[in-house]
Amino acid sequence: MIERIVILTLVRGGVYAVLASGMTFIFGVGGMLNLAYTAFVMLTGYGMYYFTKELGWGNIPSIGVSVVGVVLLSVLIYRFFIDKVRQHGEVILLMTVGFAMIFQEAILVIFGSYYRSTTYLVPGATKILGVSVPNQYLLILGVTVALFVILRLVLTKTKVGIALGATASDAEVATLVGINVARTMQLSMGIAACMAAVAGVLVSSIWTISPFMWVDPLGTILVIIILGGLGSIKGSLIGAFIVALVEVATQLMVPAGVYLSTPFVMIILIIVLVVRPGGLFGLVFEEERL
Amino acid sequence: MIKRLLKDFRWDVLPFPGRVLAFVFFAALFVLPLFVDKTFVLLTIIFSNIFVIFAVSWDVLSGYTGMLNFGHALFFGVGAYGSALLYKHLGWQPWATIPVGVVAATLTGLLTCIPALRLRGPYLSLFTLSFPLVLYGLIRAFPEFTGGGPGIWGLPRVSGSPIGEYYIILIIMTVSVLIMWKLTQFENRNVRTGIIFEAIRGDEITARASGINTITYKLVAFAVGGLFAGLAGALYAHAMTLASPGSLSLTLSFQVVVWAVFGGMATIYGSVAGVYALYPLMQILRPLAQYRLLILFVGLVFVLIYMPEGFAVWIRNKIERECPRCKLNNAAWRKECRACGVSLRG
Repeated sequence: MIERIVILTLVRGGVYAVLASGMTFIFGVGGMLNLAYTAFVMLTGYGMYYFTKELGWGNIPSIGVSVVGVVLLSVLIYRFFIDKVRQHGEVILLMTVGFAMIFQEAILVIFGSYYRSTTYLVPGATKILGVSVPNQYLLILGVTVALFVILRLVLTKTKVGIALGATASDAEVATLVGINVARTMQLSMGIAACMAAVAGVLVSSIWTISPFMWVDPLGTILVIIILGGLGSIKGSLIGAFIVALVEVATQLMVPAGVYLSTPFVMIILIIVLVVRPGGLFGLVFEEERL
Repeated sequence: MIKRLLKDFRWDVLPFPGRVLAFVFFAALFVLPLFVDKTFVLLTIIFSNIFVIFAVSWDVLSGYTGMLNFGHALFFGVGAYGSALLYKHLGWQPWATIPVGVVAATLTGLLTCIPALRLRGPYLSLFTLSFPLVLYGLIRAFPEFTGGGPGIWGLPRVSGSPIGEYYIILIIMTVSVLIMWKLTQFENRNVRTGIIFEAIRGDEITARASGINTITYKLVAFAVGGLFAGLAGALYAHAMTLASPGSLSLTLSFQVVVWAVFGGMATIYGSVAGVYALYPLMQILRPLAQYRLLILFVGLVFVLIYMPEGFAVWIRNKIERECPRCKLNNAAWRKECRACGVSLRG
């Protein structure tokens, strides 16, 4: 039992961590909440399904085309739509919801509301501590770790990463020292979409692919990023594993746990927020004045 | 009394094209059943009216105070389930269940507010977003008591005939919107909530420094929002004769934000116009089946780019113009201000 909980927590937490860190990243840099974020996961899932199942491509070209397509799409959306309403925070939110719904409806029109699935990227299973773990799960964990290392290196070592950090802490001063803020925001949108797309590739074979698959993870991810603190990648990493642990433990140990996992997660969230209103690693808005 | 009303109408409604439009609109709603008796039209307007209460309550809670609530479906769902459970387990009739549902939703509003008081900005929005999901989980976890996935069927209607139902809901809607409008009116001298909500949105610390107990007023905002959203939920349950977990979905929480922001936030008329523009359109586009939401949301995105303040505000700015000297609103086609005579051209 314990082993199963640990393994499942690691896998689920890994997926959540990739998703949540992308979302918190775009919030940290651009100060915007992109609610179409999980819709990108859905689009990638459908891309994987379409290329591998309907066109019969191999895994590598399918992954490449899906990821690049989704990233391009997100950058275009930012460039032509969201950039124009940057002054109105609530309009950005509404617009991203609008895009999520557009994707959902477009997918419904093209593919119908059937549930789809793809095959595991890597076949077989490994026995760890007596639990048979599909290799796909190990791949997910590996990719999560690699992605975090790369993101960390890019953010701290490269010029682009430092520009991103500067924009995040003060966009006006960043403009003063010669950073093109609009382009940096576009880049951060692209990076976030890339993380969503990678997560989409990973989960396309373990989640059911449907036009509505973006709704449930969205709620979970939003909980994770406020638990960890908005804008903090470290926070979202830890938050992801906390939430995954609570979910897996409730689902395996409590009767009717599938439905009760959200209330349990919420109890944790309420406790954390009552003690620390800014999340585990977030900024506290108490002193902020405009 | 009648003379006073006529005087008000002459001086407070007629000079403002926006208010004339609103007046004509409500008058039209009241006489409509005399000319049209198609069930489709009546039902569409009944549901539009219910959603108007819902959207305006969101606007009062979130638009005016700036505390964006993304889980407004919680209050709607509590109202709907509150009245449905009373009917299912105790067999009460609508005139008894709806008030109790409303009280339950108001209390829920106050309860949600307590953890939410510590949070602000996006933390608050995302925190409130997850509340309906909790209730959804609880409803699915105890199906014997709550009806589980399919919900509770066969609730009684508020009135036997569609026309009766139409008028009952229309009157409730008009009264609710009037109350909420008065509560949030900036110039209102008797109830100060409007100006205080505005102060909280603008700068909470300054508001507190000026001697306003902001906590009380935030509680008031949540209670009012919960009250009217619960009323909408209870009415919806009885109009649909069904309370289902769908009334707690993320989609509904977002839907209300879409209506309010589409029409224009922090303006009561914006939410009314938003619902009346979008909900009937959805019903009319029904024959297009799977394309209708696609068309609707593509349209929405483009409207948002060109009118980011909301389309009702955009229209109002076209037909009304503020006098640069005395800040009084004038019809856009007047050459000079009706109060101070300053030229409005150029």
